[in-house]
Amino acid sequence: MTTTTGPTKVTGAVGAAHTRVEGRDKVTGAARYAGEIPFADLAHGWLVLSTIARGRVTSVEAEPVLAMPGVLTVLHHGNAPRVDVDYQGLLGSPDPVVGVFQHDRVPFAGWPVALVVAETSEQAREAAESLVVHYDQEPHDIAFSAAHPGSYTPEADGMRTQKGDLEAQLAASTHVVDAEYTTPEEHHSPMEPHAATARWDGGRLDVVDSNQGSSWVADELSKVFSLDPGSVRVRSEHVGGAFGSKGLRVHQVLAAMAATVLDRPVRVVLTRRQMFSLVGYRSPTTQRVRLGAEPDGRLRALDHQGLSLSSTIHEFIEPSAGFGRPMYDADAHHTHTRVVRLDVPTPTWMRAPGEAPGSFALECALDELAEKCGVDPIALRLRNEPEVGPVSGLPFSSRNLSGCFEEGARRFGWAERDPRPRVRREGRWLIGTGMAAATFPVLVGPATAGVTAEADGTFTVRIAAADVGTGARTALTLIAADALEVAPERIRVRVADSDFGFAMIAGGSMGTRSWGWAVTAAARELRDKLVPGGDIPAEGITAKADTGALLGTLAQKERHSYGAQFAEVAVDVASGEVRVRRMLGIFAAGRIINPLTARSQLTGGMIWGLSMALHEEAVRDQATGAPVGPDLAGYHVAAHADVPHIEADWVDDPDPDDPVGIKGIGEIGIVGAAAAIANAVWHATGVRHRNLPIRPDRVIEDRATEAGGSGA
Amino acid sequence: MAPSTSSALTLNINGEKHTLTVDHRTTLLDALRERLDLTGTKKGCDQGQCGACTVLMDGRRAVSCLQLAVAAEGREITTIEGVADGDRLHPVQQAFLDLDGLQCGYCTPGQICSALGVIQEHAAGWPSAATTDVRPEAGVPELTAEEIRERMSGNLCRCGAYVSIVQAVAEAARAEEESA
Ligand code: FES
Ligand code: FES
Repeated sequence: MTTTTGPTKVTGAVGAAHTRVEGRDKVTGAARYAGEIPFADLAHGWLVLSTIARGRVTSVEAEPVLAMPGVLTVLHHGNAPRVDVDYQGLLGSPDPVVGVFQHDRVPFAGWPVALVVAETSEQAREAAESLVVHYDQEPHDIAFSAAHPGSYTPEADGMRTQKGDLEAQLAASTHVVDAEYTTPEEHHSPMEPHAATARWDGGRLDVVDSNQGSSWVADELSKVFSLDPGSVRVRSEHVGGAFGSKGLRVHQVLAAMAATVLDRPVRVVLTRRQMFSLVGYRSPTTQRVRLGAEPDGRLRALDHQGLSLSSTIHEFIEPSAGFGRPMYDADAHHTHTRVVRLDVPTPTWMRAPGEAPGSFALECALDELAEKCGVDPIALRLRNEPEVGPVSGLPFSSRNLSGCFEEGARRFGWAERDPRPRVRREGRWLIGTGMAAATFPVLVGPATAGVTAEADGTFTVRIAAADVGTGARTALTLIAADALEVAPERIRVRVADSDFGFAMIAGGSMGTRSWGWAVTAAARELRDKLVPGGDIPAEGITAKADTGALLGTLAQKERHSYGAQFAEVAVDVASGEVRVRRMLGIFAAGRIINPLTARSQLTGGMIWGLSMALHEEAVRDQATGAPVGPDLAGYHVAAHADVPHIEADWVDDPDPDDPVGIKGIGEIGIVGAAAAIANAVWHATGVRHRNLPIRPDRVIEDRATEAGGSGA
Repeated sequence: MAPSTSSALTLNINGEKHTLTVDHRTTLLDALRERLDLTGTKKGCDQGQCGACTVLMDGRRAVSCLQLAVAAEGREITTIEGVADGDRLHPVQQAFLDLDGLQCGYCTPGQICSALGVIQEHAAGWPSAATTDVRPEAGVPELTAEEIRERMSGNLCRCGAYVSIVQAVAEAARAEEESA
């Protein structure tokens, strides 16, 4: 069949609400995630993790386990095939934990020591739980604190910025804030546990996985197993949440290793508890912020120092001190990031790495400064708006933070706020409101996309994008529709197959921007190829685009999204309970492709901020070095009853240098949200909470001190 | 003779009988997902903490990861695959889709099954911790957002789709009430 390209031009898909194109599959249970694709002759792997935090594996008693029903093999450091983790991937060298079973060292509690593979998951699980592993245990150090003698400044770029004479400006300041803030270890905890099935198919390693970038994971796997890049295929059609945790992890390597050894398909699914040791997490931070200001709140000095931890085997940096660099100007502006290495798993990127904890510290410190100066917190921030990047001196691509404040203040009713703390009470509840600002960098990465005009008049877009719940598939449908000037119903977007070529990952809020750019470029190419009224052959007409070269020509600018967060809380100081009553976030975050899903993503981020402010805290046992209660009962993430009505909206702020105007919205929702809540808790109670989460035991006041209420 | 470690049983799922032999350790959740290819029911924790595996058993909500398959014989089980009427989505499903009560979608089948349970429990007059007046004569409490949040709290959503999930449940409950 042939058909002609239609003459009717349709645009306006971008910016109009559209339900998720895969939504029907998701509400009917038809959408299959990584662990749900059936394979004939599938075997099941179950991981065994170390119970010590530091030492050596001396022996693995595999024999009795191999005799158990259904057990096919036990892989461990004594028999595993060699793999390579000494390489540079898209985001640098891999966390060495993915080099499973290559030596006998144990660098943290929860280190993979064996994989039991059996015919059924029940058999694999029982055998794994029966496996006896002997260790030579060594003393460990997992105690994270600002005073740790081992902390250092990493060699990576941007760890330290210094403008002006800090001490002199602090000495000349009328008002000074000098405070330490801490945030705990936090875990991504996507609802879908990491899962991969691997098999050899016609000489190629074929992996069905749950990840943030299928071409990225395929490339890493090819390096780990020393294979040609073309001989690894990774697919990841539906992903049950990721938040930074779903890159190359042990499960894909283990599945591929076992599939190679057994020459049959093997699935490895991490348990919820294993995820707390194996998929990365957000490092705890201790941060010191010093602010010095004129009587009117203009900053003379801004100093932000942040310390995070990493494992002994890999350096990961949580750059919390960098948050203020594109935010506020000061005569002296210093930021400094340090790291300490402990016997713990390596942390990784987690939603707004750096900005999430960094904004908590700095945005709370600004609230403290506003109190000292007697200046409204919004006015204080506006007084310190920079003309150009405060540290870089570069111009901003666009910056509409003041628009966010204005719209947010109007909708939240900020003008009616009495700035005095602890003056509103409703029964047992003290009521307060608070605000904070947000920012996140606008980034973009290369991507290849293909667009095919099909003979039946539809179009197929192919790109190795990942839809981790962001609505990327739908956003790309709308972008392609406008670029092709057809209705979205005529577009079919296929994502998450490494065979589509390289595409930037879903991370750093750059997924939709990077992919949208490539899809727009490919659609343009295709339109050039299509002759109006011309025939389309049965195999269709395809055009491809690769944005790699284009992106290098982007001018150097300060490119960021901004936002204003508002929260109202009720605090019962007798029980210590903090209830968030409402939140409002207004964002200047580029052109919004799909208001329906964008609102979900932004409110989702704000809920992460609420969860960070009040609930999330992973605790390690100093004696064993292992996590305490590593599951969804021990690690509390916000549940329905914790979350009030939350509103997210935006002001107009298209990025002038992006073909679609996109900036990215994946992370900005969490930034500043915890600070807004902490500032509201102060406004309610008169007490500053500088350590997250704001747990009941930290809030509770005994009667003797209830009358007090100065910042402790 | 070695004791048997498996049993043949018949499960009644979405109105269909399925006869299979299962390892006694098999949970209802694994029987659905790995034996019957009903993968719509999700596994988020495998230990009763997240609600992703929620199904209806004899009309009431149950976390299928904490049920052994062998103990589910004789029960009427509804999974997400049995909620729609052929091609026609159930009003709860439609509301989740229209109001975007989902992001990654992994908690969604559990949320929807749980919502079906909530709407029924509420209609039957069951109080919750959010019910202000629990006297029998107070009648059916209004299904406020507070009530929905409290009753749905066994279903975690890490994406944070809570705001629109609550709206979707309220909308579907309203539609159901009107059509009743
Ligand atoms: S999987 Fe059953 S409650 Fe989480
Ligand atoms: S939609 Fe992702 S966990 Fe709920």
